[in-house]
Amino acid sequence: MSPAAVVTGLGVVAPSGLGVGEFWPAVRDGHLALAPIGRIDPNPYPVTVAGEVAAFAPDGWVDPRITVQTDRFTHFALAAADLALEDAALEPAAVGPFEFGVMTASYSGGVEFGQREIERLWRNGPEHVGPYQSIAWFYAACSGQVSIGNGLRGPSGVLVADEAGGLDALAAAGGELRRGARAMLVGGAEAPFCPYAMCCQLGLGLLSTSRDPATAYQPFTGQAGGFAPAEGGAMLVVEDADAARSRGAAVKAVVAGHGATYTGRRQFDQSAQGLLRAATDALAEAGLTPDGVDAVFLDAMADPSADAAEAEAVRLLLGERASRVPVTAPKAGYGRCYAAAAVLDVAAAVLALEHGLVPPTPGVRDCLFDLDLVTGAARPADLRTVLVLSRGVYGGNSALVLRHPESPITGGN
Amino acid sequence: MTRRVAVTGLGVVAPGGIGTKTFWELITSGRTTTRPITLFDPEGFRSRIAAECDFDPVHEGLTTAEITRMDRYVQFAAVAADEAWRQAQVAVADPWRLGVCMGSAVGGTTLLEQDYVATSRRGRQWLVDADAASPFLHCALSPATLAAEVADRVGARGPVRTVSTGCTAGLDAVGHGARLIEDGKADVVVAGASESPISPITVACFDAIRATSARNDDPAHAARPFDRDRDGFVLGEGAAVLVLEELGHARRRGAEVLARVEGFATRSNAHHMTGLTTEGVEMAEAAGRALDHAGVAPDEVGYINAHGSGTRQNDRHETAAFHRLLGERAHHVPVSSIKSMIGHSLGAIGSIELAACALALVHGVVPPTANLDTPDPECDLDYVPHTARERPLDVVLSVGSGFGGFQSAVVLTKAGRP
Repeated sequence: MSPAAVVTGLGVVAPSGLGVGEFWPAVRDGHLALAPIGRIDPNPYPVTVAGEVAAFAPDGWVDPRITVQTDRFTHFALAAADLALEDAALEPAAVGPFEFGVMTASYSGGVEFGQREIERLWRNGPEHVGPYQSIAWFYAACSGQVSIGNGLRGPSGVLVADEAGGLDALAAAGGELRRGARAMLVGGAEAPFCPYAMCCQLGLGLLSTSRDPATAYQPFTGQAGGFAPAEGGAMLVVEDADAARSRGAAVKAVVAGHGATYTGRRQFDQSAQGLLRAATDALAEAGLTPDGVDAVFLDAMADPSADAAEAEAVRLLLGERASRVPVTAPKAGYGRCYAAAAVLDVAAAVLALEHGLVPPTPGVRDCLFDLDLVTGAARPADLRTVLVLSRGVYGGNSALVLRHPESPITGGN
Repeated sequence: MTRRVAVTGLGVVAPGGIGTKTFWELITSGRTTTRPITLFDPEGFRSRIAAECDFDPVHEGLTTAEITRMDRYVQFAAVAADEAWRQAQVAVADPWRLGVCMGSAVGGTTLLEQDYVATSRRGRQWLVDADAASPFLHCALSPATLAAEVADRVGARGPVRTVSTGCTAGLDAVGHGARLIEDGKADVVVAGASESPISPITVACFDAIRATSARNDDPAHAARPFDRDRDGFVLGEGAAVLVLEELGHARRRGAEVLARVEGFATRSNAHHMTGLTTEGVEMAEAAGRALDHAGVAPDEVGYINAHGSGTRQNDRHETAAFHRLLGERAHHVPVSSIKSMIGHSLGAIGSIELAACALALVHGVVPPTANLDTPDPECDLDYVPHTARERPLDVVLSVGSGFGGFQSAVVLTKAGRP
């Protein structure tokens, strides 16, 4: 990763809040945003608790002409992109015509839109499929609409690297900055709550079937019985450090290193080595050793073997420091948002660096592992370097190192 | 120290035959594979033709368990990856240094549709019956499984990712895969793309925007890029996989280098999700940037593998882009579209075209554009009609456009070039 990639804007559309102004207090205070699923009603499925962005309607965020052409996941991405640009105080027109691009990660695509159109096809016939099916369902819908909506003509991409793709998208954006782009909007969005998307997710066998929002998602505990899924998204403005400096932008964090590995589909016991290797690579790229890690944002699958593997990875990485470096999983409060989950974690980690606070893991008290899992209230800490870990259900393990903007810039290739 | 990227293995599953050799023979023969759809009954659809693969997974060596678990597009990728891996004969000492980067535009749509029909009582039940779903349906929701399956076949433990930028995914997957090597993240990357989009929902969605050809009475001549009488693209399917290897790594083990991947860039038109401008500015920009990255002047390009989908707006857009890129010299550089023979397999085609470009460099032969009988007067370049052409090649450019407004370009160079 280039030492020159810096985060200058955060746009968040999360179950715990729209915009960082709502998101950060909710995350900091361990607010529980999980609730019975409202978007599938009646809900005949065994998964009933999730993180929904219940307050979100596209009006005011998305041009009504575009609203009808797009799925809810793209509405989230467009809103998050607006929020990120506003937070970065960056006018796209102020960046060179081919120097501002978009990189998104996606897991489930525009599946609710797809279900409606495929229903029309099979109920009524092929001529009833609408013209927007071809651009609303596919995984590239968000990168395309964000590019068009904001006039971004630079490099674009879409990574579907499982849930870990969110971190990989940030790394890929860093690669574009090294190759001449000045700014990238990077992130992801998911809207997996329609009947057919739920039907697909049930097959993962990893979702919590608890009916109680307070206990549905309890990673690292003896009650861990799967994760609560979530909808929402996050987009970040990542800029070349020199470009950000020259326009006088406020730098929130430095994206200092990234590592990615693969350890096999549904072989979570193998992910300990995979996460360890990814984290070691990410730290090496940042020019750091594990001793420099001040806090870890965890993947938190809430599957007993996946949790044990992640705890093991942290123990192997940090050695005897593992029991005293604060670790946390804010997503236990709002759910696991597939490819956007890690991007939301990065947003939370950037805010943690900014405020010198490690937010808690909501709803979790009795951590099974010898880790300093922050629970209850946020923990004040002098944060210079934060590590974010992410895994996918199909074997991806990724790690990203974020540094405080006032940390000395080290490392890089 | 710049890390350069060699291609040391190729695998192809395409309409007209399985395997690189059959593929190369087909695309240099000028023969077309477009035909009436057989994968489902297309009665009632506007476009009822496609370029299908005659693919028998048992014959190709997949196990019953694999065939049960894998959607058709994953099966294609597995077979193509196996061929490429066999050819490369590379032993990667450290599996953490072996990566995978695969592309697909619509991923598991075929399985998604099949199971939708089963769980919804043919569209009559919005609250689908989850008990009627296949145990592998979850793999269809996200194409992340595509890269995972390939990774398992080759034993990769490094970065493993799927790229899904619509119809440029096949170029982007190879481009991003090459970057993993350039950036020191991996020494070997298995990169490519796969697609099996010939299902009712995908055919219907292109019907709805009249993007596909309705020349149902003459399918063999339906894909007509740059021809005045074109009426849209013909859907295809298939896969291609390239083994990418750090050049020094390949040289040290004495591997045969088929070509080098030296430049990659993407740009967005920020104009329209499906529409293209007539000026081709972004495609020229992406191609120019990719050539810069390769350290190659536009004057050195010996062949352009066009997107050449066979829609009027694409053909004009691309022609304008090549004029913009090459200036006066544009008229002297052969440009062709193999989609005229094997259709447009969406996310897969970019990788299939890169396989064609690598083979063009190896053999010094430019594949033709079939069905180009009457050139569109607004398309004034040398599109290599009907017949393949011998031509020593050092630098080849492949470009693509995709829904979302994306334009991508990849530069391949001949193995022995300094």
